[in-house]
Amino acid sequence: MEILVCVKRVPDTAENEFELNGAGNDLDRDDLVYSVNEWDNYAVEEAIQMVDNVGGSVTVVTVGDDESEEVLRREMAMGANNGVLLSDDAFEGSDGNGIASILKAEIEKGNYDLILTGAQADEGAGQVGGMVAAMLDYPYASLVNKIDIIDDKKINVGREIEGGNQEMNELQLPCVLSIQTGINEPRYVGIRGIRKVAKVDIPVKGSADLGLDADSVGAAGAKTRRVDYFVPDMGEGAEMLEGSTDEIIGKLIEKLKAKGGL
Amino acid sequence: MTQIFAYVPFNNGQAEDVALEFPEAAKKIDASATLTAIVTGSGADLDSVAGEMSKIYGQVIKVDNEALAYPNAEVVRKALVNIVPEGSIVLVPHTTFGMDIAPGLSVKMDAAYAADIIDFQGAEGTTLKMIRQELGGAVSTHVTADISAGAVITVRPGAFAPVDGGSAGGTITDKSGDAGDLSSKRQFLEVVAAEIGDVDITKSDVLVSIGRGIEDEENIEVAQELAEAMNAVVSCSRPIVDAKWLEKSRQVGTSGQTVKPKVYMAMGISGSFQHLGGVKGNPFIVAVNKNPKAPIFQVADVGIVEDILEFMPELTEAISDL
Ligand SMILES: Cc1cc2nc3c(=O)[nH]c(=O)nc-3n(C[C@H](O)[C@H](O)[C@H](O)COP(=O)(O)OP(=O)(O)OC[C@H]3O[C@@H](n4cnc5c(N)ncnc54)[C@H](O)[C@@H]3O)c2cc1C
Ligand SMILES: Cc1cc2nc3c(=O)[nH]c(=O)nc-3n(C[C@H](O)[C@H](O)[C@H](O)COP(=O)(O)OP(=O)(O)OC[C@H]3O[C@@H](n4cnc5c(N)ncnc54)[C@H](O)[C@@H]3O)c2cc1C
Repeated sequence: MEILVCVKRVPDTAENEFELNGAGNDLDRDDLVYSVNEWDNYAVEEAIQMVDNVGGSVTVVTVGDDESEEVLRREMAMGANNGVLLSDDAFEGSDGNGIASILKAEIEKGNYDLILTGAQADEGAGQVGGMVAAMLDYPYASLVNKIDIIDDKKINVGREIEGGNQEMNELQLPCVLSIQTGINEPRYVGIRGIRKVAKVDIPVKGSADLGLDADSVGAAGAKTRRVDYFVPDMGEGAEMLEGSTDEIIGKLIEKLKAKGGL
Repeated sequence: MTQIFAYVPFNNGQAEDVALEFPEAAKKIDASATLTAIVTGSGADLDSVAGEMSKIYGQVIKVDNEALAYPNAEVVRKALVNIVPEGSIVLVPHTTFGMDIAPGLSVKMDAAYAADIIDFQGAEGTTLKMIRQELGGAVSTHVTADISAGAVITVRPGAFAPVDGGSAGGTITDKSGDAGDLSSKRQFLEVVAAEIGDVDITKSDVLVSIGRGIEDEENIEVAQELAEAMNAVVSCSRPIVDAKWLEKSRQVGTSGQTVKPKVYMAMGISGSFQHLGGVKGNPFIVAVNKNPKAPIFQVADVGIVEDILEFMPELTEAISDL
């Protein structure tokens, strides 16, 4: 099975406290810690396990800049066989549809049976996988938490729906799946693993290599645009308890008693 | 004139609550637009939902087809592409179904796509202004979409005030004949119900709920001790279940359990909408988080900026001494 996994480099929500920049229109990106989108690690792990079972290869791809190479290397250290970086000034300002168009062009150059994405990334849209599938006229299933390979023409997948119930579907290959967390336990990658793949060549492709019309991607092709970031006025919010830990606990216990918590 | 179509999903003949929220969303997009509900399915359930919707919406389109009996997103998408006029705005809830259908629908309609919208700020010409969140709710953004060729928009359930409904007296139009070819390379097989665990967190009046802030499996004991002292039960956010530290039946949220406790202790939980979607009944929420900007503080009643690993044992001790 030839599997392509799409991965995205994102600010790590566990490692950062997000602040706006001086102008108040973007995140203060200077000290942000980036990593691979959490969901994408599950997708790569699933791909590796499938290839371990039935043979084939795993390729990881990202649309990004020079710095995005590090996430490809990380996923290759996990066990992905190949990496491809799609990068071009013309890609800047792409919306989800633009990113999907770029990925579609790369997919058409390969011979993949299965395309995996994460269920969502930092922006919480969950858009790229479904768009790629529709552009290629491949069947699509989102939020996948189980994959059973039936034969080289079809697979059964479970989608995690509301309440944790699982919707089982049969899909014809080739297809696109977005992977939900919890489908597996992504393997740990140590420094040594990263070092091993530090020198592996990662091809970089731009719009000319992909045969893309510059107007269809990037800011020019984008129908949606992020105007700015802001901090919403959320009204009162929580009553913050302050003081020493003892004082806080004293106040909290009074409140818990009043509200039936004790 | 803008036409807005709201796709209303239903289960067992019961429309999802978002059916009452779409009208407010549509009004904020363009108060002068015509709003039509679309329901797809098969048989008596469909008819009863279409009837209900005619009390809320001025126009209702129903599409009845055996192939739509279960809402397989790929099949529903095909029907919608054939039924919705070009250039329209389609609203879908940002649920597991919405996430399944909407991105592909926008491609097939050649329309703009906007996901998980929590507010609209109206349209200027063909530019629609919207608000959404990123990074698990840590930041908000204004986004715009060029809707000259239409748009597919998923709206967050619960984000728009529900209308009263009841008296719209809408017309129901049967468009089953227009659905077109509904064959698909994806077949729905069955729904497997979530496993029932050893504890039922929905029965407890007090929940000590832990999130990724617990950091390590070994630390769960600290939460269990606090729960014991409070006569409470331990529940959790999704990452704790993903890591297999606790059973799925203890997960609170849209893809886990819906709980209605009196008191909800959110310990090291950031407050994503998928988590909070499972916390109902307006409980007294206590949030402890080391990040003063954590979104959970916007919804909690009481907030405490502390390290839960230090705070929980001290609280346990103080309660035990009472
Ligand atoms: C500085 C900056 C400016 C931007 N400007 C705009 C703008 O003007 N308009 C706009 O709409 N968007 C803009 N974006 C957003 C950007 O285009 C997003 O990457 C795109 O919208 C898809 O991300 P998502 O989080 O929505 O992905 P989702 O659809 O939520 O991600 C799901 C999955 O899709 C795959 N995927 C997502 N992105 C990539 C990628 N880059 N490479 C490979 N696979 C991927 C991954 O598998 C991921 O798990 C900007 C982003 C940045 C950082
Ligand atoms: C379709 C779908 C369905 C989903 N369903 C659910 C669901 O049902 N339930 C659910 O919970 N999630 C669900 N999610 C995931 C959800 O989007 C979030 O990723 C998740 O809720 C985050 O969990 P968290 O708050 O524990 O982790 P994080 O967002 O990582 O937050 C951890 C918090 O702990 C704080 N912290 C860290 N260390 C400490 C410490 N020592 N002391 C105090 N505070 C600390 C941090 O500041 C942070 O605020 C779903 C996602 C999708 C896409």
